[in-house]
Amino acid sequence: MTSLPTESGDTKLGLVIDLDICVGCHACAVNCKEWNTSGHSAPLTDKDPYGADPTGVWFNRIHTFEVVQEAGDSRTVHFPKSCLHCEEAPCVTVCPTGASYKRAEDGIVLVNAEACIGCKLCSWACPYGAREYDEDAGVMKKCTLCVDKIYNENLPERSRVPACVSTCPAGARHFGDLGDPTSEVSLLVAARDGFELMPEQDCKPVNRYLPPRPKVSPDEATSAAPLIAANFDDGSAGLLARWVDRLLTR
Amino acid sequence: MHPAKSVILFTTASGAGYGLIAWFGLFGAFGLLPAELWMGLLGFGIGFGLIVLGLLSSTFHLGHPERAWRALSQWRSSWLSREGVAAVFTFLPAGLFALAWVLLGRNDGLAGLIGLLASLSCVVTVACTAMIYASLRTIRAWHSAWTLPIYLLMAALSGALLLQVFLSLWQVPLGRVFPWAILILFGLTLGAKLLYWRSLASEEGGSTAESATGLGDLGKVRLLEAPHSESNYLMQEMGFRIARRHAEKLRRIVLLAGFCAPALLILLALLMPGVPGVVATLIAVALFAAGLVVERWLFFAEAKHVVTLYYGESRA
Repeated sequence: MTSLPTESGDTKLGLVIDLDICVGCHACAVNCKEWNTSGHSAPLTDKDPYGADPTGVWFNRIHTFEVVQEAGDSRTVHFPKSCLHCEEAPCVTVCPTGASYKRAEDGIVLVNAEACIGCKLCSWACPYGAREYDEDAGVMKKCTLCVDKIYNENLPERSRVPACVSTCPAGARHFGDLGDPTSEVSLLVAARDGFELMPEQDCKPVNRYLPPRPKVSPDEATSAAPLIAANFDDGSAGLLARWVDRLLTR
Repeated sequence: MHPAKSVILFTTASGAGYGLIAWFGLFGAFGLLPAELWMGLLGFGIGFGLIVLGLLSSTFHLGHPERAWRALSQWRSSWLSREGVAAVFTFLPAGLFALAWVLLGRNDGLAGLIGLLASLSCVVTVACTAMIYASLRTIRAWHSAWTLPIYLLMAALSGALLLQVFLSLWQVPLGRVFPWAILILFGLTLGAKLLYWRSLASEEGGSTAESATGLGDLGKVRLLEAPHSESNYLMQEMGFRIARRHAEKLRRIVLLAGFCAPALLILLALLMPGVPGVVATLIAVALFAAGLVVERWLFFAEAKHVVTLYYGESRA
């Protein structure tokens, strides 16, 4: 059924991505590909992977933007983007077959590959480019929020987060229930003024992004005195070293 | 947007087929067309032929054409599904009407009522086709109040031109008046198309690189590095840019080949009864078909998807 769930639960699982912390290392994209190529929507087909013009299905892609500030100053912002698991997901309602659906219990948007006819209309309806067509399988694929990992009781509890979150070396990605205002992710969004992407598209995305913290200008910056040689305690060196030092200094 | 040949063929061919059958149903029911065997065979043959060609071609671009029947299930929310249901339903009254016309030689009375139902179904089907595109908020050029009327007008016009071939071949009295209706349709369609193009040029897209990234408060946003060194599905499907470069020229082709030339030929055919009139009408049909294909190609190719904001565009 591609109508959105009428009685959706309060749980809205999603990601919070900290643009202040992300270093643009693409590890999340790589681990996403790694996990999901044998997961729920496997495989994540590549075409011509070792050739001159490789293309393939990715659920997570890292863009890098330059933000030019008023003062002629600019900053670089690394910007990971995957499915935002929208509350008003247009990719679900346009689907003619019912293959595209939103789960009432946790809000995850998934594709039933058995029913997908590969008409690509959902990818046209999504403003965020979250859906990619697998030419090989002839069906649409998308981020599953690692639905096969986050509920997997064979994994230790700390591993039951999406692959992109568990792999982020900088701690820029957070996973949790954004429907619960007291959850860690909700508190983080509230504390850091987290925002949604393209609110004018009325899709009500669940994922939130945390803005880069304001830049500190050189004038306001404070720094500790540099560590100079005088701070080293030469007195604690060994007897022989002190004797050589005294002999050669003369 | 990438202008897929299959989708262009689908919307133009099925539009013309539905247009022709809608006119047959309407004028048949009101006794303005004789229920003549060969007119019926050829007319419905061409009409159904175009519709089937269009519907088959629309399945060419599917990853799994064998599952196409599933597309009839989600009519509650999906315009594509509604289009499928309407298209399948239309075969019922249109088929019955064609059978009554060809086998019983009747297009009046009960057959006429079925013909009217067929006409209405044709209009609904074309409207659903238009709404598939008009309902997408992500593409400003389609999410326009003009998309629906232009699809309906283009289908009505292509059907009317085909009908005029039959009217002049069979020398039906209606054929001496109908060209004026065609000229009015030309005027209306041309006007709608020009106003649509003007609205595209004058209104700005509501989404920007700033709103797409949420970084507008910090300053002006531009793409520094794409996610990958090579192209991807999103860029191939949504990032088509060739048409916007040649839009002006292509629009002129649509205006001249698709509207001005065939309208003049129809006017000429009015003054020249007999064979020259039929020939002029046939040339008008051919020219309009070419113009229609360019118009539909532009409709897809010119349209800019908001996802391009993540790939270097600044407004969509």
